[in-house]
Amino acid sequence: MMERLGLGDAWSRVPARVRRGLLPLVVFLLLIFYPSYYGDITSAIGSSSTEAQLVPTVPTMVIMTVYVIMALGLNVVVGYAGLLDLGYVAFYAAGAYVAGWFATQQFSPHNVHILSVGVPSSIQGFHFNVWLLLIVACLFAAVFGIIIGLPTLRLRGDYLAIVTLGFGEMVPQAVNNGDNWFGHNITNGPNGLTPIDALGFGALHNEVSFFPSAYYNVTNAVSYYYWTGIALVVFTLFCCIRIRDSRLGRAWIAIREDEIAAAAMGVPLMRTKTWAYAIGAFFGGGAGCFYAIYKSSTFPGDFSLNISITVLAMVILGGMGNVWGVCMGGAVLSYLNYQGLEAVGNNVNNLAGTSFNVPQYTYGIFGFIIVLMMLLRPEGLIPGRRRRVELELGVEGGSLYDASA
Amino acid sequence: MSTNGTPLLELEDVHTYYGTIEAIKGISLQVREGEVVTLIGANGAGKSTTLRSIQGINRPKRGRILFNGKDIVGHPPHEIVRLGISQSPEGRRLFPRMTVLENLEMGAFQRRDRSGVHQDVERVFGLFPRLAERRSQKAGTLSGGEQQMCAMGRALMARPKLLLLDEPSMGLAPVLVERIFEIVTEINSQGTTILLVEQNALMALDVATRGYVLETGVVALTDDATALRSNERVRKAYLGLT
Repeated sequence: MMERLGLGDAWSRVPARVRRGLLPLVVFLLLIFYPSYYGDITSAIGSSSTEAQLVPTVPTMVIMTVYVIMALGLNVVVGYAGLLDLGYVAFYAAGAYVAGWFATQQFSPHNVHILSVGVPSSIQGFHFNVWLLLIVACLFAAVFGIIIGLPTLRLRGDYLAIVTLGFGEMVPQAVNNGDNWFGHNITNGPNGLTPIDALGFGALHNEVSFFPSAYYNVTNAVSYYYWTGIALVVFTLFCCIRIRDSRLGRAWIAIREDEIAAAAMGVPLMRTKTWAYAIGAFFGGGAGCFYAIYKSSTFPGDFSLNISITVLAMVILGGMGNVWGVCMGGAVLSYLNYQGLEAVGNNVNNLAGTSFNVPQYTYGIFGFIIVLMMLLRPEGLIPGRRRRVELELGVEGGSLYDASA
Repeated sequence: MSTNGTPLLELEDVHTYYGTIEAIKGISLQVREGEVVTLIGANGAGKSTTLRSIQGINRPKRGRILFNGKDIVGHPPHEIVRLGISQSPEGRRLFPRMTVLENLEMGAFQRRDRSGVHQDVERVFGLFPRLAERRSQKAGTLSGGEQQMCAMGRALMARPKLLLLDEPSMGLAPVLVERIFEIVTEINSQGTTILLVEQNALMALDVATRGYVLETGVVALTDDATALRSNERVRKAYLGLT
């Protein structure tokens, strides 16, 4: 008893900053080493057992990082600024096609290599350095966000949602028909763009052998993609937290709470909303580009409405406005989507001797989970501080304070 | 505060619509530097619409609004705030999930001088000691009077040349109403020109230098506050006196 008291005492003397950072740090370290102990976990359970299927594989983890980045990006738009966006997939597509354009043979016989790694110079087409490409994809998507935002952000609430829904549908269609844009083959239509150059560190490999010159040169390439994904998630998290606490973040919250009052306080509405769109799109584009590079291809079929809805569900499920909650929502839902549901189903079938084809019911089960969550825990897994207050107060800013003349 | 006669704000034949409904039908008025000018009138007379037009929230279809001699019609609200007009809006419209202090900081959104903002927070807390006690409380949980103080404080945080107050007495207990009007006078004596919209005409004419009586979107009457108070028509219609 005494000893525990002493420990608690010592713990409370640790600075609050360190205490708050400890859990994320532990989680981060556990994630970094995941590929090295993944095998141990499965073999402890029994590698060929159905239970072992429940453990997320490293490829699943890569996809989870992609969705976490997207969920964090959409959280800026929906959670911070309160703008409902049902067409977020458009930015994801923009990022993926940047990878498709500047790291494939699509535009051969042009032959432009800019700092490309792991690509023989005899291969035609545009080949930009893939790291550079990630940045270009983010910026391209952000510009795309501004272009979509300028005409649409004058709308409010439901109207904005419908217009974004339209854009989300238009982009895959445009890409699908992009093999003949005014006589030019830009997107190669339904056949997609493939193969996309792999990530790699080129000559850095000679200095530090840990960094492969190109990911396809190593047998555990998927682990490298996973680590890259984790690095991108950490970068995204860092940006999201910094922006949230900035002047811009405060302006978003003000707009979310009362747009007219925010305007009267001197918040430039259009500029502030457009920034939310641009920054949200920035991360969506990055996620799209990384995903396209990871699977070395991009097809119009990858950008369905489902993705917009799923990412929105991740944000809501995790806890709108709270970055940790959104990370959790993104990780959990993408895990269920790509591996978890099927694995759970197999286990159930195994135990009960039934033969449900669970993936067939994926969206039904998803819907059920969301309904259940909204009934039991409407503030999300880890709610934002403000959001919790809002639910406790039971007020919608407008209704109590709105007194439109 | 003494007035020196130059018009700070001038409305010339301003018409503003909500959709196809003409809410104000050609209002002209002047606010000179250092004055407290009040707009009184019944519900729907166009008082709030006048303030919203000045602030740029509703754009007038016709007419000119001159601030310091410059036409500000068509400027977005945030530019008008930067020029030196801020508002405590009708219904207060605080950010309910932000704390009192955060609400005040939002009022200073256009300003970059941190130390000046900090000084002004202290100034607002000096004017409204109640707010200082509640600085980290959510604005949505304040009482009506406290919310009104917070809304006025927030508007002051922009360090405006012209402060627009929309119905500061609405829904408040009589003792608080008096306190609010005392503070209006105090703010004015510290050098801020005020345009005050009120239904409580008696109190408004008490603190104001001049007044305008609005009826269905037009100026029905204008005079010095003391003259308006003794005007037969005003006494009957707005002061409830005979």
